[in-house]
Order: sequence, then C-alpha cells, then structure tokens
Amino acid sequence: MNDRSAEHSVQSDLAVAPDAERDVILDVRGLAVHFPIKSGVILERTVGAVKAVDGVDLAVTRGTTVGLVGESGCGKSTFGRAVLRLVEPTSGEVWFDGTDVARLRGDSLRRMRRRMQMIFQDPLASLNPRQSVETILTEPLRAHDIPYERHNRVSQLLDLVGLPESAAGRYPHEFSGGQRQRIGIARAVALEPELVIADEPVSALDVSIQAQVLNLLEELQDRLGLTYLVIAHDLAVVRHIADEVAVMYLGAIVEYADAEALYETPRHPYTIALMSAVPVPDPVVEDNRRRILLEGDIPSPADPPTGCRFHTRCPFRQPHRCDTERPALRDISPGHQVACHYAEEIMAGSISPQRPDLVEAVES
Amino acid sequence: MKDFARLSTPGSADDDMTELLQGPGGADRGLEMPDEDVLLSVRDLRVVFGARGRKPVTAVDEVSFDVRRGEHVGLVGESGSGKSVTSLAVMGLLPKRGVRVDGRVLFAGDDLLQASDNRLRDVRGKDIAMVFQDPMTSLNPVVPVGRQITEVIHRHHDVSRSEAVDRAVQLLRRVSIPDAPRRIKEYPHQLSGGMRQRVLIAMALANEPRLLIADEPTTALDVTIQAQILEILKEVVAESGTALIMITHDLGVVAGLCDSVHVMYSGRIVESARRRDLFGRPRHPYTGGLLNSIPRMDTPRGQALEPIPGSPTDLLPWDEGCAFAPRCTNRVDECTESPPALVVNGSRELRCYNPLDASDREAVAR
Amino acid sequence: MTIPVDTGPGIAAFAGTADTEQGDSLWRGAFRRLRRNPAAIIGAVIVLAFVTVALLAPLLAPYRAASTQWADQVTPTTVPGPSPGHLLGLDRYGSDLYTQLLYGARQSLIVGVVATLIGLVAGLALGILAGGLGRAADTVVMRFVDIMLSIPGLLLAVSVVAILGQNQVSVMIAIGTAQVPIFARLLRGSMLSQSKSDYVLAATSLGLRRRTIVLGHVLPNSLGPTIVQATLNLATAIIEVAALSFLGLGDPDPAVAEWGRMLVAAQDRFSQSPQLAFYPGFAIALSALGFTLLGEGLREALDPRQRR
Repeated sequence: MNDRSAEHSVQSDLAVAPDAERDVILDVRGLAVHFPIKSGVILERTVGAVKAVDGVDLAVTRGTTVGLVGESGCGKSTFGRAVLRLVEPTSGEVWFDGTDVARLRGDSLRRMRRRMQMIFQDPLASLNPRQSVETILTEPLRAHDIPYERHNRVSQLLDLVGLPESAAGRYPHEFSGGQRQRIGIARAVALEPELVIADEPVSALDVSIQAQVLNLLEELQDRLGLTYLVIAHDLAVVRHIADEVAVMYLGAIVEYADAEALYETPRHPYTIALMSAVPVPDPVVEDNRRRILLEGDIPSPADPPTGCRFHTRCPFRQPHRCDTERPALRDISPGHQVACHYAEEIMAGSISPQRPDLVEAVES
Repeated sequence: MKDFARLSTPGSADDDMTELLQGPGGADRGLEMPDEDVLLSVRDLRVVFGARGRKPVTAVDEVSFDVRRGEHVGLVGESGSGKSVTSLAVMGLLPKRGVRVDGRVLFAGDDLLQASDNRLRDVRGKDIAMVFQDPMTSLNPVVPVGRQITEVIHRHHDVSRSEAVDRAVQLLRRVSIPDAPRRIKEYPHQLSGGMRQRVLIAMALANEPRLLIADEPTTALDVTIQAQILEILKEVVAESGTALIMITHDLGVVAGLCDSVHVMYSGRIVESARRRDLFGRPRHPYTGGLLNSIPRMDTPRGQALEPIPGSPTDLLPWDEGCAFAPRCTNRVDECTESPPALVVNGSRELRCYNPLDASDREAVAR
Repeated sequence: MTIPVDTGPGIAAFAGTADTEQGDSLWRGAFRRLRRNPAAIIGAVIVLAFVTVALLAPLLAPYRAASTQWADQVTPTTVPGPSPGHLLGLDRYGSDLYTQLLYGARQSLIVGVVATLIGLVAGLALGILAGGLGRAADTVVMRFVDIMLSIPGLLLAVSVVAILGQNQVSVMIAIGTAQVPIFARLLRGSMLSQSKSDYVLAATSLGLRRRTIVLGHVLPNSLGPTIVQATLNLATAIIEVAALSFLGLGDPDPAVAEWGRMLVAAQDRFSQSPQLAFYPGFAIALSALGFTLLGEGLREALDPRQRR
C-alpha cells in the first residue's frame, strides 16, 4: 500500500490510453433511472418522473477502484443498484465484460450476479437476522451450485476478513458494527466476484472502525484482484481509496478524473465547493482556508433546473448559457472531464464568484 | 458527591458556588483558576442507567468541565462514549425512572441537578438551549414552523402576537433563511433538512440563551449543507456572545469551531486541551489514533491509514483499568491494573499512564 | 484464497465474548425475554393449566360427562348449590357443574385451536401468495381479503355454519374462516415491508433464486407478528365458540359440554342461580386472558426494538 503512488502513475497512464488498450470490465453508457410519480386513487396515472439517474456514462478498468461521490439525492446509490439490476434501468447499456447486463433476463441475469457483488451501507440491515454467519456465507454458494467443503470454506472466508472461526455459529446481532461489515464483505467475496460495488461501505461505522474496513477493502483488492466501484458521500474516504473519481450532481456526472488530478485541481464549480466544505481535523488548516458556501439546497430531481443543473447554486454562474444549455461532459485536459461551459475561464481566474460574500473571509 | 459538597460547605447551592469560586476548597479538581467568567461548571458527573432486573450500566463517570461565557467547547467521542448522555444530563432531560445522576451541574451558580422541575423549565429554552441531530423529530410536524418559534418566545417573554411574529421572522433571517415571512407559515415537511436545522437553530436562539448545546447538529446533513449550518452557528454565537457546547464525532467540525476540546471514551474524558494543542500534539493514544486513522483531505494521498484495532465496547470496564487499554498501542502493565486518573497540567488534562510523546506527533503531523 | 491473514483487528474485542461456539439466535433471545416478563409468565401458567385440564378432563373430573343422574334434585325454581359431593353444585340438567366445566375446557381448546389453525394456514397461504408472488397476485388476493374483511367476523361465522350445517367441524371452519383475512393481511404487510429491507436486496444481488428469497428470507422474518396474532386469536376463538353456542349455532350434540351452551342454559335461571352463569363465564374470560397475556408477552419478546 505504501507504493500506491507508484501504482497510481501507471493507472493514470492507463486512464488516458485509448479504450482499446484499457481492460475495461464495466462500461456504462447513457444509463438512466426514472422513477414514475403516480397520482390518482383508483386509476393510477403517471404524472411525472423522479430522474434519479439521468444519462450517466462510466467506464471502470479491471483491477482499479473508481469512486463515485455526491451528496444525498444525487443518484449515486441508484446508479450502483441499476448497474447490478437491483433497480430497473429506464434506458441505457451496462456492459460487463462483453455482456449488456441491462438486457439480461431470468436465469442468465441470476447467473451473472455471481460476478458482480455489492457491499451495503448498513451492515446490520443487510444481513438476515435469523441466519447464522455460516449460513450467510454458504447460501450464495448453494444458490450457484458451487461445490464447497463447508467447514473449510467458511473458516477461509472468515480468516480472509479477519474474523475468528468461532464467528461461524453466531448471529449478526451478536457482533459490533465493524465486525458485521466484515461479515458483509466476506459474503460479497464468497462468490469470487470480479466487480464489487461498495455503497457507503464505512459511513455507518464508528470513526475508529472506518480505517479498519478501508484497509481490509484495499487488502482484498490486492489479494483477490477485485475491481471496485466505491460510492460514498465522504470525499476524504474516496480520496483515500479511489484511483479515479466521478462527481455526481442531480443524476449526472459533472466531473471525472483520476483521483490525483481531481483532488489537486478540481475544475467543476460544484467539485470546488464540495471540497472546500469538507472540514479538516487541523485547526491551522481550518483557520486559514477559503470556504465556498453554496446557496440553498439541492433541487428536486423530479423537477431539475434547466440548462446546467448546478446553475441555481453555482457561485460562478454566468448570465448566458448556464440556464439554457446543458453542458456535456468534455475533456478539459487528458483524462480530466468536466461538465461546465466556463471551466477554462474559472481555471484561468477570469471569472470570479458572483457572490463574493459567499466565499468565507479568511481569518487573520 | 452531593453529600461531600454539603459536608464541606453547608448551605444553599448559591453558597456552594461562592465558596467554590473563591474559597480554598481545593478538593475539587479543575478549580485552580477561580474564574468569574465560568458560565457552566460540570463537576464529577456520573450517570448510571439501571433498568429493573438488569445490571446497572454506568454511561458517564468522572466528567468535569467548565464552559466560560462565549466560549466554544467541543465534546468529541464515538457512539457509546457518553457525550450525548452528558448533554442530556446537563439539560435535565434524562428520564427520572431508571437513571441515577450524581455530581453537580452549576449554571450561573445554580446546581441544575438539584433544581425543581419548574426552575429547570425556566432555564431550558431561556438560558440554555439545545439543537439536536435530527431536525425532523425535534419539530412538531403538524404546526407551522413560525408558530413553533413564537411559542418559544411567548413562553419566556410577555410580548404581543405580532411582536412575536416579527421576532420569528427576524430570527429566520438571522439564520439566512430566504423569504422568511413566507417560510414561517410552512410546515416542517415542506422544508429541506438544512432548512429545518436552521429553524431549530433560530428556535434555540429565540430567547437569547447564554449557552447553546448542539448535539451532532450537522451529522444528518450533506457536506455543503453542513458547511452552511456550521457557518451560521459560528456567526450567530459570535454575534450574541452565546457559549457553545458542540457535541460531535467529527474531529474536523471541532477543529474549526471550538476553543477547547474534551475527548471522551467509554464514558470518561480521556483528554482535554485547547484546540491547537490537541490537534497539534495529541497526548492520549486514543486521540492520536483517531487522527491517524481517519482519511483526511490534507495529508498526502496514498498515505496508509493506521487503524485503531478492536472496537468500542458498550460496557465500561474502567474498574479494572483503562477502558481503552485493549485497543491501545501504547499499553503498559499499569493500564490493566488500575484505572488512570485525570491529571491536570495547565490547560491540558490527560487520563493516561503512557501518553504519546509530544514531539513525535509533531513530526508526523507536518 | 488461502492466504495468511495478519491478526485482523476486531478479534481481540471479539474473543472476549466468544465463550460459546453456538450463537444466540433471535428465537432463543425472544424466549429469554419472554421468561423475564411476569405478565407473560402468568399468561403461560393460565394457558398451561387450561391445556392440562382440557387434556386430562376424564382423569380430573369426579363424574362422567353429561350424566344427568341427579336430575331429580333440580326443580323449576332451584338448582342445588355446592355440596360435599358436588364442588360447584349441579347444573340445570342435573349434571355435576364442576365436571361439565372441565369437559368444556376440552371442547373450547379443541375447537379454538383447530379453528385458529385453519385460519392461520389459509391466511398464511393467501399472505404468501400476496406478499411473495408480485403485484398482480397481490391485487387479486387482497381484494378478495378485503371482501372477507368487510363482513363482520361473527356474521361470517354464522353464515358458514348456516351453509355447512350445524356440527362441530363446521363450527371450526366457521371460526377459522373469520380469521383468514386477519392473518393474510398481517403476513402480507410484514412480508412487503421485509421485502424492502437491505438483506433481501443483498440476497437478490447474490443471485439467490426467488423462491429461496421469499421462503427462506422474507417469510421467516415476517412470521413473528403472525404468531403473536395467532396466540391472541385463540382468545377470540374461544369467545367465538361460546358465542356461536350461545346463538344456538354450536355443536348440537347435548352430550358435549361447552361453556357457551352452559351460559345459554344458565340464562333463565340467572336470578335464582347466578353461579350457573358465573363459572363458565369466568372460565371463558380466564382462558382468553391467559392467551392474551401470553400473546402480548410474545409480541414484546419478538419486537426488534427490544433487541439489544
């Protein structure tokens, strides 16, 4: 893990390489998930749609970790679930190793699930309270008719996630939060998947436990060659674990780059504001930072703003284009994509925030 | 504890206070610097939960701290550390049945633990106000937010209806709620989480309290909304000179906001210091461990996290030694023999037999 | 996957509690909580006594059931009260009242339990169909259940007896039918809410078959409230058996002692011999109370909020 930065430069080279040379395991194209809003008591009719995910492209290279960050309601969890077909995509393609998962039906979909697994936010809620750990870990093997030697397999899995063998006969409620998450992770890797989608894997855990679980995830990636899509609201967590990062706002990706570039030089006004808002546990940093405060709240995905979806809160909002034309995700530098009309101007400093009062004064 | 206080200084609670502030009663720790400015003084707070038929559980023990006028104090800990129970005990909000609270909570000379229910009701909302984590459950869902604010104003002030409404609008403006005259007619469910939290802050400030207790006020909120709320909190307490107790698990929130910080573990304060001292040179292995284990935005990317092993326990094994010992990397034999006492050294307090080396951490930090 | 693992964190804390190999399942925990609840213990004792009496009535009773050998002692104005030979006196037909009460327990228990079982099984079947098969099945089943629910329970039971004829089996079916919609709705409701839980999502993402998910995950986690309701319904069933008898729709065989019919028989003698109504009435109330206390205790014990 200490040579992460060395690894990293290799990966960022991969990121800029043309698609043909990348070993893309997951390629999502134009994915949309719209939840209909129903009205009427007897005759239900659809009166609108919550556009939770509204046209997302995302490619994940085998063996890497892509982080998907955004605030609640941005559609990041729905995106993860739609990729796994836990919610039905409205449109779009989900290519997993040459197969469009979005079009699979019935048993072929069920079989495909073996190769893509999920780690959930709430470890207690995601474990069946009436099953012992052993049953939890062996049930997926039975479902896929994988022969296994019961005792060996269970202790192997427990060992892998750092739990003692004696855990096998116990029930989820007898464990602490961190241990439960380990059980959830053991279950996810039991089927030896290639892709693991982790939806807020540490946000329900105590602060002192989060690092244990993050380290475990990294360790498992090295050992089992896993590919991760880590969905999280915590920018620091994603910064730590991800090789590439996508920032989502109101159902769409607004910025995508390798982690180093994204955190060093965020280009989208939303990313910039988001990063400036994260509190740092260092009074010296806190006292001297410039914080860009956003106005208001995230608009409803049932009625998203016209044009750029961020324009209602954007401190750099311009009188033209922002409210009329929806910016596409475009390359601003190699491997760095931004969905903002004025990214270059903001970068050059020729546009400054419209409301300077929102940029918190630097304490002397 | 109460008996002890009575023995040394017979008389009313007020007498106690004068005695404590001026007198020689050096038995009480932390009173080496008698301070006229002390607004709230918590002494040897102990909270024991004992439901029938169950073994009593000590949730908080040996907790002492002061809050001076206008000071911002952070109470940091994980779930089960006792930080929220401490604040509820201070407010007298713990249920009467099945809970035993000992020690003293001196607010402007009054021991709130001895105060009558009527007196407590007077103090709450007027002198001390509280903001909770979940704004939805703290607001009445069937009453417009404006009326919930004016009710609080009416409870402690004799003002006319229209004056109260004017004041409510002003308060909402003060917490940067746009379009306040319209918003006061809305119900809680019509507001977003951030707006609801602002309403709660406005409500807490309605009677210009001298102390505001905020219990994880931004934990349920998104990071951009959290930044807004923290900013508003910072502004309003600065304007009004209100003292603030910030209860949180997030060291980042405390770093930018609090003058002094108390770190709690398993029901006791394990380390207290001024903010820069604590973050710059943490001495307790738990504090240091937390700072090393959380992913941060300001450290070089790719730096490995050093997790604290094990997990916080619900029980309080302080009787046999340090509750943190099973997870501690600095553990020595003493740690499992007897519980360490809180040692005061200037503005710092530490409960540890084998603290981290002060110099060593500085090297790691920068 | 056999890679050596450095001693993972979390083990130290875990080892402290790992004194038993066998874990503590939810049912076992519920049973422990049940034992700590005094009201539930009282309920259980009453229920146990009731079941014992019902099963051992022939051994416990001093006389044969429905033997009217003392009919000559009963006059149109008086029914003999307690005497050394008859602990509670005679009933209006000249049988031993105590014996009749003991045999009545048997009748109430058999009819109550069988009727509730009928209701439970049919209700579970409908509930699983509605809660586990998808939206179309749900709509059809639930509209059917709504129709059943719209008819008052006792009226439904009366109609069933009227259709099937007046005998013990039809009484059971009648009372059972009236309970079907209660169980069906309850089970369907908890199955639907469990279906939305994360562990069901997890099961889906693991590629488990739908049948396994519904029967192996959703159903076991939804049964708790239904079991509680079944216990509570036994109380209602016992009252309804009596009510049907009271209305003259019970088992017509006069040789079978039944609390409801004993109440009817006591009606016209109430002013002179109130004990004739009091004892069966008390027996009905006490057994119903026993099942209710036990059911409430179960509800508390199974409540996830009680879990620590």
